[in-house]
Amino acid sequence: MKTWIAILLATATIGATACKKDKDKDGGAAKLNEGGGGAKPPEPASKNVTINGSGSTFQKAFQEVAIEGFTKLHPEIKINYGGGGSGKGRQDFADQVTDYGCTDGLYKDEEKAKVKGGEFLYVPVLLGAITISYNLDGVDKLQLSSEVIAKIFQREIKKWNDPAIVADNPGVKLPATDIVVAHRSDGSGTTAQFTLYLDMAATGTWKLKNGSTIEWAADTQAGNGNAGVAQIVKTTKGAIGYVDLPDAKASGLKYANIKNQAGKYVEPTTDSAKAAGDGIEVKPDLTYVSVNAKGDASYPITAPTWCMVYTKGPKAAALKSYFKFMLTDGQALVPGIDFAPLPKSLQDKAVAAVDKIAG
Amino acid sequence: MVATREIDLSGTGGRGDRTFRWLVIGAAALVLVILGLVAVTMTGRMGPVFDRMGLDFFTSKRWSPADRFFGALPFLWGTLYTALIALVLAVPVSFGVALFVTQVATPRIRKPMIYVLDMLAVVPSVVFGLWGVLVLAGPIQHAYEHIHDAVDGIPILQSIFGGTPQGRSFMTAGVILAIMITPIITSLAREVIETTPPSDKEAAYALGATRWEMIGAAVWPHSKAGLVGATMLGLGRAMGETIAAALVIGASNGQVTLNAFAPGNSMPAVIANEWGEADDLHKSAMIGLAVTLFVITIVVNLVASAIVQRSMQRGRGKP
Repeated sequence: MKTWIAILLATATIGATACKKDKDKDGGAAKLNEGGGGAKPPEPASKNVTINGSGSTFQKAFQEVAIEGFTKLHPEIKINYGGGGSGKGRQDFADQVTDYGCTDGLYKDEEKAKVKGGEFLYVPVLLGAITISYNLDGVDKLQLSSEVIAKIFQREIKKWNDPAIVADNPGVKLPATDIVVAHRSDGSGTTAQFTLYLDMAATGTWKLKNGSTIEWAADTQAGNGNAGVAQIVKTTKGAIGYVDLPDAKASGLKYANIKNQAGKYVEPTTDSAKAAGDGIEVKPDLTYVSVNAKGDASYPITAPTWCMVYTKGPKAAALKSYFKFMLTDGQALVPGIDFAPLPKSLQDKAVAAVDKIAG
Repeated sequence: MVATREIDLSGTGGRGDRTFRWLVIGAAALVLVILGLVAVTMTGRMGPVFDRMGLDFFTSKRWSPADRFFGALPFLWGTLYTALIALVLAVPVSFGVALFVTQVATPRIRKPMIYVLDMLAVVPSVVFGLWGVLVLAGPIQHAYEHIHDAVDGIPILQSIFGGTPQGRSFMTAGVILAIMITPIITSLAREVIETTPPSDKEAAYALGATRWEMIGAAVWPHSKAGLVGATMLGLGRAMGETIAAALVIGASNGQVTLNAFAPGNSMPAVIANEWGEADDLHKSAMIGLAVTLFVITIVVNLVASAIVQRSMQRGRGKP
């Protein structure tokens, strides 16, 4: 009897586990914001509005400070930002589960057709530097070029005193330590931007293509999120990894100066990331590639991020007011969290775009 | 004082019986319907990846979202290999603890031990995962290096405990999974062992058996089938475990290797890690992984129940 109970239990548990997994996937897009997209009737009598957004974790810190700042001015508008990753942000926004979505990457053409709420805008909100952080005793200043970074992350350069690294660092004594490469274990917009940079700046050398998930060599280490990669770099001698500037600073990591298109080695800072914003070509729909930007002062591994909003809808007025805030007063909050505000030219274009929202 | 209650036997209770009957049939059918619907919709959603990959999905070692090429073999391997490591580590410990609690321990130790074990079973898996990645992964790498040095040159062992060990690897995932499944296996094994009839045990003692011999002669034959069931339950949990595995397995795609110290990936871990940023085809491929896992767990259970049934019949056949 007991045996049968055991087997029944086993079956039930496994069945339940499997069901749960399936449900997570089925409802992945739908579960976050029950109160979102039109489920709530409009309340003309009171002005109280709830706006729901999800997406990019890269700019989640910004969304948090921006929401805090905005709701002080407009207590009648409540905003929830769920994070969850850029892919989720795009999916939720396309399915109208959320009122706005934030993403570090754009819709592909075939995905764009599935965006259900009609015409929408890509609104750039900030720029962020991705550092090449490292852990190497006695080396406090390191310079790297794109070719060398590509070879390191492809495991073609395996020692810190490799002639190629030495060539980038005249006068610096580099130890013969083994290089440990750290990368993201989760699909990530940061990975996508970093590999896009290598694809563009080290064309021919970089062979692993670009995307949110990369076929890394087996002798590399993977950490979950920026914080996970930062932890590996922090605790492993000889480690190198790509980490966004806020996490690199928070973990107290050392990071390299990177050679830009103009041949200058530039330190990742909010200023050098902002300078990269001046060197980019902006398309009419406000999309652009911000890595490998032109300009002497530009930091070359600078990642973009956007928020998306429909031009029409029941909450358009509230959304317009929040988006305006992000682009104006909100920009002053950006350097405080180690991101770069939009350069003036881009800011003006973004404000003009937001004016198109009806309401 | 005895409480009395009148029972309505007038014959009109038939309607109640019928209602009850349909209610319970409905409840039973609902489970099957849900399971069936999940299977159908999920299988439908893995269509795109099958149109593209065909059976290569199961046999190819390469998983490259950038090239839109998806081979699930490394994750199948990772799932089975980590679960196997977990069982190898957890089963002897679990059976040992169960035997200790039921046969050796005095009641004073017994109660708190059972309590602690049951507590361990309800710790959320993310806690074990975080502990694994923050505390265990660093130091355990040195232990791996020592093990590798010790077995270097011995065939088979040197490929299982291979070179360039990493803190996040099949083995670390196996260790974490072992910790997670030990309480389940233990508590089931304990219950199974406790059902050994005292008369059997006393008969063994009466024949002059030591405690060890008594366990072999009375407890083991009686509990064998149940212990297999307990193990299979542990296996099921180990294969489906997601978040703890995702944190410590190393997330290295394309690894089909005996080297337990190498980083790899398992089916649920891939889904947890890559779902958030995936495009449609990539998602379809991950649904393919989920369905595969679903089928494997069902097969494992069928095999398990066959084993249990056979050994129970054999047990009954004995005088």
